[in-house]
Amino acid sequence: MSLVLFTVLVIAGSAAAGLLGALTGLGGGIVIIPMLTILFGVNIRYAIGASLVAVIATSSGAAAAFVREGYTNIRVGIFLEVATTLGALLGAAIAAYAPASALGILFGVVLLYTAYSSMGAHHEHLYTGPLDPWSKRLKLDSTYPGPEGPIPYSARRITLGFCLMLLAGVLSALLGIGSGVIKVLAMDRAMQLPFKVSTTTSNFMIGVTAAAGAGVYLHRGYIEPTIALPVMVGVLLGAGLGADLLTRAPTLALRRLFTVVVVVLALEMLYKGITGGL
Amino acid sequence: MNDQPEWSDDAVEKEIAHLLRAGVFTAALVTLIGGVLYLIQHGTEPLALGVFRGEPAELRSLPGIFHAAWTGGRRGLIQLGVVLLLATPVARVALMLVAFWRQRDRLFVAVSALVLMLLLYSLILGT
Repeated sequence: MSLVLFTVLVIAGSAAAGLLGALTGLGGGIVIIPMLTILFGVNIRYAIGASLVAVIATSSGAAAAFVREGYTNIRVGIFLEVATTLGALLGAAIAAYAPASALGILFGVVLLYTAYSSMGAHHEHLYTGPLDPWSKRLKLDSTYPGPEGPIPYSARRITLGFCLMLLAGVLSALLGIGSGVIKVLAMDRAMQLPFKVSTTTSNFMIGVTAAAGAGVYLHRGYIEPTIALPVMVGVLLGAGLGADLLTRAPTLALRRLFTVVVVVLALEMLYKGITGGL
Repeated sequence: MNDQPEWSDDAVEKEIAHLLRAGVFTAALVTLIGGVLYLIQHGTEPLALGVFRGEPAELRSLPGIFHAAWTGGRRGLIQLGVVLLLATPVARVALMLVAFWRQRDRLFVAVSALVLMLLLYSLILGT
């Protein structure tokens, strides 16, 4: 395959990933790596580097739009970024020793979890334990816009949330993903923050988390310009188009389609990881 | 920037939105220019990305990338765009540090300084 053909095809594939990611809210990063490795035969380490570039581009673009709506909690964000950046540096260190097959299998498992969590409807908060006194001390208490004015909220189980964010950081760097699903799990389920606050703050944090891993990979030679170029251009085109179409698109049907795609890719990555085809 | 003595969280969020948008746009533009120039020169060459070889030293370090881009290296220019993209979230954390400083919020100055140090470590030293 010539470089021009590769560039055009990867731009198209990344645009589709960015579009679906923006429309379903699941982010496009998780399909970039299977696309590059399975469809184009790119080495998984180059694919991880390119995917982190895509993740930073889309999350920064989306965060710019979300942060002004009043849901994003920037104090919760920066506080938990201590955990995700530490985790990412740890994940990047582990990646140097992890064989490609292990990365493929772990990737497949995370894809399956993503598909599972995207299917379930959002449950109401079940944990009704005490408020965490640190929420007030750390000024994490805030309000979000409701139909009749601002609604106050407070964070619970901050230590548990912080530990889950460490894991999100490790997986982000190790697998080249945004780890949005685990970030939302930490804030929505563990810390009991409102769902919309959790999703927008998760997106806000993804760029910083991915940058911590990508910096290390740049120095390690994982970031190949001829892959970074079409992936970055493609996802930005797709995500931009997705933001325009968001109000008119059949989101639920697309979410189902995306879930099916993710499951197929998960099985493929597991198969390739187990048979050593990566 | 505005010269209010105290920066409200709303105003900070507005600045963050501007910064992120400008960062992504600049990075994409530089990458695209480098990419088009590179494709004009090397577009018909075959690819070999199946085996991991790692980038040459000049495309791995910040001084190397700046030098390669400055001397007209087309791969260097694409890589400079990637560096600008990686620098965008770092600049966002630096902006928050300034904002918390102006709000005299010592705790969050310390929190953002810690995140900034970890990010700069990754971007500049990266080992």
